[in-house]
Amino acid sequence: MAERFDFPGGITPPTRKARATRSPLCTPPLPRRVILPLAQHAGAPAEPCVEVGQRVRTGERIARASGLISAALHASITGRVAAIEDHPLPTADGRRGPCIVIEGEGEDDWLTLPPLDWRQAAETTLLERLDASGVVGLGGAAFPTQVKARIRELHAIDTVIVNAAECEPYISADDLTLRHFAADVLEGARLMARLAGAERILVGIEDDKPEARQALEVAREATLAEAVPVEIRAIATRYPSGGERQLIKRLLGREVPSGGLPADVGTHCHNPGTLRAALAAIRDGVPLVERVVTLTGEALARPGNVVARLGTPMGELLGFAGLDTQALHRLVMGGPMMGEALGELACPVVKATNCLIAATRSELPDPPPEQPCIRCGACEEACPASLLPQQLYWFARGREHDKAERFHLFDCIECGACSYVCPSHIPLEQYYRAAKQTIRAQRREAARADHARHRFEFRQARLAREQAEKEARRAARKRAAAPATRPPAGSDAQSAAPAADLRGLRIAHSAARAAERKAEKALARAAESGEADPATLEDLETQLATARENRQAAEARLQAARDVEEKPS
Amino acid sequence: MLETLFDADLVTAVLALVGLAAAFGALLGFAGERFRVEGNPVVEKIDALLPQTQCGQCGYPGCRPYAEAIGEGEDINKCPPGGETTIAALADLLGREVKPLDGEAEATPRVAFIREEECIGCTKCIQACPVDAILGTARRMHTVIADECTGCDLCLEPCPVDCIEMLPRDTGRDAAPLPPGPGHRPVLPTPAWRTALIASDRPSSSTEARHG
Repeated sequence: MAERFDFPGGITPPTRKARATRSPLCTPPLPRRVILPLAQHAGAPAEPCVEVGQRVRTGERIARASGLISAALHASITGRVAAIEDHPLPTADGRRGPCIVIEGEGEDDWLTLPPLDWRQAAETTLLERLDASGVVGLGGAAFPTQVKARIRELHAIDTVIVNAAECEPYISADDLTLRHFAADVLEGARLMARLAGAERILVGIEDDKPEARQALEVAREATLAEAVPVEIRAIATRYPSGGERQLIKRLLGREVPSGGLPADVGTHCHNPGTLRAALAAIRDGVPLVERVVTLTGEALARPGNVVARLGTPMGELLGFAGLDTQALHRLVMGGPMMGEALGELACPVVKATNCLIAATRSELPDPPPEQPCIRCGACEEACPASLLPQQLYWFARGREHDKAERFHLFDCIECGACSYVCPSHIPLEQYYRAAKQTIRAQRREAARADHARHRFEFRQARLAREQAEKEARRAARKRAAAPATRPPAGSDAQSAAPAADLRGLRIAHSAARAAERKAEKALARAAESGEADPATLEDLETQLATARENRQAAEARLQAARDVEEKPS
Repeated sequence: MLETLFDADLVTAVLALVGLAAAFGALLGFAGERFRVEGNPVVEKIDALLPQTQCGQCGYPGCRPYAEAIGEGEDINKCPPGGETTIAALADLLGREVKPLDGEAEATPRVAFIREEECIGCTKCIQACPVDAILGTARRMHTVIADECTGCDLCLEPCPVDCIEMLPRDTGRDAAPLPPGPGHRPVLPTPAWRTALIASDRPSSSTEARHG
């Protein structure tokens, strides 16, 4: 199929989706116990708002969002809070993190919010509801949807894109979501289009999902009278066309600038599951407590897609799908390209869990040993972001982070296409990930150092001001104690020295005043733009306080000098 | 010979050159006076590379004074909190040789912690803290604002009851390690179920392994 626009590179690995798409979506039995990590979204971890021992109902909020980018968390079963403690998180490094554990009663006792009509309700009400429902992007990044929906305040959006490409092998959660709930997904897209002020909806779907596409067409036909037109566009199956930037390039021919966001080119991408969850939160008042998860891999007897409650231990879910522990060689959360290999079956399903692959040894064999780079350039041809993977590899290995940044390391989407084609089996994207994290850690430390410097400067300024004021007071007391002793009039040399001194102090004082005004302006500008984060604002406030101290010190010194000047005359 | 010396052309040329020299000299003199920079601009750059712990381990009262000293030729290897990375960055900036660190490198970033039940409220540590990271008042218990603490150690010395200790700072997510390189397999997590399987061959420890 000829397409008008395309992104460079890309690969076509075997999709291996058929096994999980044969059976319809099903619901496993309610878990007896759920483990809900406080940090299962992008941004700051949620803050628990329940106590151990408290009874919670399904859909009840158990942790609130903390900070600008964060999401609330809700009980996914009815029962008692058994503990708030550290548990293994579903990450490759096997980290543990704080989780809320709920022991279930076996029955569902729902607590929902009042339904809203998204066509009538005020936008702020809708955004508040999304915030209260803990809806995050279900495609894998888990970015809070409410924050994303606020984009209208800063950018003009013309197109909402439904990212149904689902290009990674094995995963079919979006496919099944669309087959079963295409109408809900489109309505969710209309809701997002209203929030973003977009005038059209574009669905990008790979051509290996004819059933989902059919369902979408039916849903579209049924809502032709709606104001916002929907267009469904099938694209040839190629990895990674489900990457935001790649999909936008492919559908609209627009290129998201380096370091920019899709909103910079007037688009907004949402995963079908997210749209359905957002609609459920508003239309039905149901917070995000479950999601569609693909259970697949050769080690499962009954692979398929399930609607899983968040916090369900993975082992339990895989047991439902007929896991053969003997055959299980590797457990991957996400797809085989970008997913994370997990070390434990006890990890809970989180908001970002779109797929669990229980692979056998022959299916996903251990990676062969890394060989030296032969500079063949295959990675450069496969890179969908037009980067130079080979150069980045050398820079990452040599820890030349500044050079890696100059070669746009941060435009790498870690899709793994380069590693897939590498004849030397170099795990390239692991090098890039390590380099990125090191750079981020360095930036954090640099910001900390800057912050400490500003606080140190403030302290120095404060001490100087206190000293200056003390001296001024002492001088005043001294003069008050001995008022009679006047210097003999007409001694030019003596009066000239204080005059020059006074001039210098006056200059210092006006310079300090100017610095203070400058600091004030910088702070006001940052506060007005609304883009500065709280840490930056705090730093600017410290700088302003420092300037104020300096000005007060200069004032005290000037005043003392003036007093000396006036007294003799 | 003399005629050529007093040639009109030569005089004009000399006069023109003298005139130009005078004009540019005046211009440069004015610019030097008008756009004079207070202090050494490289000091700012050096200061930006220092870790700003204000710990004084370099022998100067704070990072800024040390930056000024480096600008005047002091060694670049006197900053233990900065470690090798700071030395490398400074060497890069100033075009000097990288030297081994003078003193012991600090393994991990740290924060001060006051054992609050032992604190007598003397305010000595508050006066010592270079970044105002200790909260408290006379005869009231003090505490460290961990987010603001630079881990400089300066509060340890003045404490009369030794109730302050340094703890490792939570640096958030650890950076992912680089893969081991050519000739090695990339490191994957050792699956717990596999260790459990192996352990199940040994009946005595099977339950332990499964739950451990």
